[in-house]
Amino acid sequence: MSELIQFLFSGITVGAVYALVALGFTIIYNASDVVNFAQGEFVMLGGMITVFSFAAGLPLPLAALVAILVTAGIGVALNKLAIEPARGAPVVSLIIITIGASIFIRGVTQIVFDKQLHRFPSISGDDPLELLGATILPQSLWVVAGAAAIFVALYLFFTRTMTGRAVLATSNNRLAAKLVGINTNWVMTLSFALSAAIGALAGVLITPITLTSYDVGVALALKGFAAAMLGGMGNPKGALAGGLILGVLEALTAGYLSSQYKEAATFVVILAVLFFMPQGLFGRKSTERV
Amino acid sequence: MPVSAKWATLLVLAALIAVTPFFFPSSFYYRVGSLIFINGLAVTGLVILVGYAGQISLGHAGFIGIGAYACALAPEYLGLHPGLAAVLGAVISGLVAWGIGRPILRLQGYYLAVATLGFGILVAMVLANETEITGGPDGIVVPELGLRDLLELAGLDLRGSVFWYWFSGLVLLFGAWLALNLHRSPTGRALRALHGSEVAARTVGVDVARAKLQAFVISAIYASVSGSLLAFQNRFITPDVAGYLHSIELVTMAVLGGAASVLGAIFGAGVLTLLPQVLTVFAEYEQLMLGFVMMSVMIFLPAGLLPTILRLIGGRSE
Repeated sequence: MSELIQFLFSGITVGAVYALVALGFTIIYNASDVVNFAQGEFVMLGGMITVFSFAAGLPLPLAALVAILVTAGIGVALNKLAIEPARGAPVVSLIIITIGASIFIRGVTQIVFDKQLHRFPSISGDDPLELLGATILPQSLWVVAGAAAIFVALYLFFTRTMTGRAVLATSNNRLAAKLVGINTNWVMTLSFALSAAIGALAGVLITPITLTSYDVGVALALKGFAAAMLGGMGNPKGALAGGLILGVLEALTAGYLSSQYKEAATFVVILAVLFFMPQGLFGRKSTERV
Repeated sequence: MPVSAKWATLLVLAALIAVTPFFFPSSFYYRVGSLIFINGLAVTGLVILVGYAGQISLGHAGFIGIGAYACALAPEYLGLHPGLAAVLGAVISGLVAWGIGRPILRLQGYYLAVATLGFGILVAMVLANETEITGGPDGIVVPELGLRDLLELAGLDLRGSVFWYWFSGLVLLFGAWLALNLHRSPTGRALRALHGSEVAARTVGVDVARAKLQAFVISAIYASVSGSLLAFQNRFITPDVAGYLHSIELVTMAVLGGAASVLGAIFGAGVLTLLPQVLTVFAEYEQLMLGFVMMSVMIFLPAGLLPTILRLIGGRSE
């Protein structure tokens, strides 16, 4: 029993990060119909910039803030320089543009910083806590709490504020949103900034546990993309569910079956889910207009 | 009589294959050349899937892996001749593509992308983890194809790199010829029709599911053969050939060059195979420049490199 709980703890911690990455995918997808494969690089940048600003002498909270702001800026630049000029390009081209962007960001990072593994201290130390017969790192609780806080804040933002509703309106129908006076270009910029900031925050939270280096983004983008698709692309609830399911599945497979095949289980499940629900768990049923 | 687009493409390709070796300063270039042709073959298969049918696959390296490992494993475990092993690999790839294609191809756009991605990752994972059979992440040695010995008996003694240059060039020509024939066949027309609009294609009687499945299976066989060639040429393979990054690389080659035309896609394979060789000069700036090239080509030349260049030169596109 305590073994199961132990696996669940690690699954939920990782799953929370996947959920945040998937949420980043979702926000950008809703605003622009683009699946941004550079999403994993935002997580990497969050970790790396914090590491180096902390090493440069900034206090940790300030270093994290700098990392989140700089990453948000990079997200905006990505939108302005690479996504907006390619408006209306086919899906394959957009995939290649964002993959190109992720390779580019990785290339710049290894030059500006380095290729080493890094970490910085946990928020509340590294002594594991006893909980329900299993142990958990305090940092894991921070990760889960951080993810929960972001999901709640975004829910409020999208349902209670004028700006949030403008984003929702744009994702439903860009032309109609424009017609009622919403500045859809600004909505796109905002979405990229938000998505990049969320990715960076995920990076800040997880780095004390998993460490970071210039190339951690590839795997995270892959998992986050898979999680978003599992939940149904474009649905924040789906991102949350997909991320957690993926994280827990991985931890259980690694614990009970084989750690080498932990990713295999997740992709088998994704193939199975898409077989029965081609739009993912929470996806909208879309009908094509002829 | 004017030359048809099909023969024009084949003539240009044959001429390029035949003439470039005159400019090779060393035998290393033969190796790079054959690598371009081998990649070009897999990418030609993708033209059928991506360019003709408008479907996407981020898992085609999985089929390359199947083709490559068939050549390494079948001779050892089944006692097959290496040449037959390549055929076996192609058959397995075709069957696997047929089996997974039926459920997967109902998906569209990004959903299809993630499903094919999952398939490719599964193949790479099996190859890397079943260490006792596949040799694991360290890779495995591939037996000699034996064609060179036959040629030697016939009095034609070629060095390895030179032989592989001509042999893979011929296979690529054959693959391009098949793909170009397909373009104008009823199947090819059905594929291009469903690319435009699935609903419209269905209303004029195209069996959309069947046509997509055909394109998927054909492109899988192309990838498998390309993987077999790669294995024989290199005499050694690792599970990386089946990896996610390799799948992405293949799609990028197709789209960068111009996925709508065979020649464009092969051109893309050439550019993306050469680029890393050239960029090694820039050492640590290599990734940065690769990403930059990928982004800027797709942003500024959305039709792909070759169609854009052709339009600039002659005001006509293929």
